[in-house]
Amino acid sequence: MGVLLQIRDLKVHYDGPEGPVRAVDGVSLDVQRGETYALVGESGCGKTATALSVSRLVEPGRIVGGSIRFDGDNLLALTEKQMCGIRGARIGMVFQEAAAALNPVMRIGSQVSESLRLHQGLSRQEGMKRAVELLSMVALPDPERQARAYPHELSGGMKQRVMLAIALSCKPDLVIADEPTTALDVTVQAQILELLRRLKQELSLTVLLITHDLGVVAENADRVGVMYAGKLVEEAPVHDLFDAPAHPYTRGLMRALPGREPAAHRRLPTLAGSVPDPTAPPPGCRFHPRCPEAFEPCATREPAEIETAENRRSACFLHDPRHVSVGEGSA
Amino acid sequence: MSETLVSARGLVKRFRTRGGWLGRSGPDLKAVDGVDLDVRAGETLGLVGESGSGKSTLGRLLIRLIEPDAGNVRFEDQELTALPAGELRRMRRHFQIIFQDPYGSLNPRMRVGSIIAEPLTIHRIGADRKARREKVLELLDQVGLEASAVDKYPHEFSGGQRQRIGIARAIACGPRFVVADEPVSALDPPVQAQILNLLMDLQDSLGLAYLFIAHDLRLVEHLCDRVAVMYQGRIVEQAPTAELFREPKHPYTRALLDSTPSIRPGEPTPPAVEGDPPSPTAPPPGCRFHPRCPVAVDLCSEKQPGLLPEEATHRVACHVAHETNSRVRA
Repeated sequence: MGVLLQIRDLKVHYDGPEGPVRAVDGVSLDVQRGETYALVGESGCGKTATALSVSRLVEPGRIVGGSIRFDGDNLLALTEKQMCGIRGARIGMVFQEAAAALNPVMRIGSQVSESLRLHQGLSRQEGMKRAVELLSMVALPDPERQARAYPHELSGGMKQRVMLAIALSCKPDLVIADEPTTALDVTVQAQILELLRRLKQELSLTVLLITHDLGVVAENADRVGVMYAGKLVEEAPVHDLFDAPAHPYTRGLMRALPGREPAAHRRLPTLAGSVPDPTAPPPGCRFHPRCPEAFEPCATREPAEIETAENRRSACFLHDPRHVSVGEGSA
Repeated sequence: MSETLVSARGLVKRFRTRGGWLGRSGPDLKAVDGVDLDVRAGETLGLVGESGSGKSTLGRLLIRLIEPDAGNVRFEDQELTALPAGELRRMRRHFQIIFQDPYGSLNPRMRVGSIIAEPLTIHRIGADRKARREKVLELLDQVGLEASAVDKYPHEFSGGQRQRIGIARAIACGPRFVVADEPVSALDPPVQAQILNLLMDLQDSLGLAYLFIAHDLRLVEHLCDRVAVMYQGRIVEQAPTAELFREPKHPYTRALLDSTPSIRPGEPTPPAVEGDPPSPTAPPPGCRFHPRCPVAVDLCSEKQPGLLPEEATHRVACHVAHETNSRVRA
């Protein structure tokens, strides 16, 4: 084990018409070697911006604060050239839109071997041979023939397999998978997730998984970070999170899932209101206007992250012993 | 059992594909290929399937937004498919549609008040502008929007609120049947729950019947009374919801259920079904699922399996399931 990726107080801003949008506002997390760490949250919560920061691909946004250490190196201190040596080589990436991420006028085999030739100096021939091996590793049928195909000849699921082959081509330590199956049909999603779990085992990968689907989290993650309005509000091992979500936002997210509570209630319990405007987030805890359990400090002060149990933390005054006496509100 | 509200028999819809040489048209795509389906008054019938299965096309055929190539649709005792345009337009107040994309289905240059009032004007509901404005305010309240929304434009609202506007427009003229085409697929889960609750509340207060088109089986299980599963233009299974989820009979339905991620960590994940859906322009012979089917026998690639008549409660189109059924009965 040991920490492979350490993010501290990360801040990412985007320029909006009404001033900077604080997409990520002080996120800290560690990803352990060999684990799948899932970041979940609603659209706009900052989960993708957090993940893209790791490969320093947040443009047009800017990383305005914090540090990202990958295997000891501070990625934010590297030159762009040094970063190029890590991106695609030691950090592989899989995106939601495989169709958009692949070059439409380049054969599959050339795209898979591109980073091998760039990072490992393989010849065209060696690269192609390795590409076919990689395509067969991601279980693409008839890999020799598919290596000569163009992206439009492949189905959505096959394109996502190719993306995985590219991400894994240089044997990365870390794979960032940003909503890798969101655009796929459910039977194909199951195939890709199965493949990702198998490859993670075989290649001892570390995976940072970005998703909004708690089902995908439950089946694939070891630990989970829940984001809301640019903040990490809760972090826990996957079983603990689903068994006993601590933060009121996480509890609201879980309750709103159909099929989690017995079907006795036809109406789904919902969170009132909607996510705050990212240019003008509310003061104090960003969730307090929607929180059914908000009390005196929530509207004025930002909650600190409290370690609520081993390997668990929550940013909520309910879990802060300085604000709640023992035995009260310790749900 | 409640009365049948909408009844489709033998529906077929083909689309011409392009991609031929020098502007010649390509092969026909049978989006809907011989579907019988009933929707009962006040029920929610789920229609599930993957992209390209024909579920949206079927939804549009049921309210004659598009014309079928064969088959007919009855709404109560009216044969919709035979109605002349004028009468069809008058009938339209009884059946409406809610679209998936709350961004694309609202005119960005119209104020919300006018968007919702449009069907009232068309169907001459309400005596005058003032009465219609009253009705619009009432509708906004019904879907959980502030009265101030009336003078705003769609871009001023979030995705969930826009979907509420679409729902207000759909229920404006008092329909009895609403096709809800993936109404929450573009929304985040907490917002999905809000919209689903609204749809259920409206059903209770207005007695609506829904055709709920979806690909998320968790939503369907929660919301629907009955479910029909589509694959490649055909209904392969249909049953009351609890029965379908407890005892799926078609291998494709089982694959769909197995593929839906469990929301309980640690539950064993069943192996994924292999292969991709076939090309809709060149479907395989026999049962269209047989190339991916783990239990297919020789017959499956030769003969298309039939579906029991619409009157049966649990319908399945599978040779292997039929065989098992007849053995159980024997």
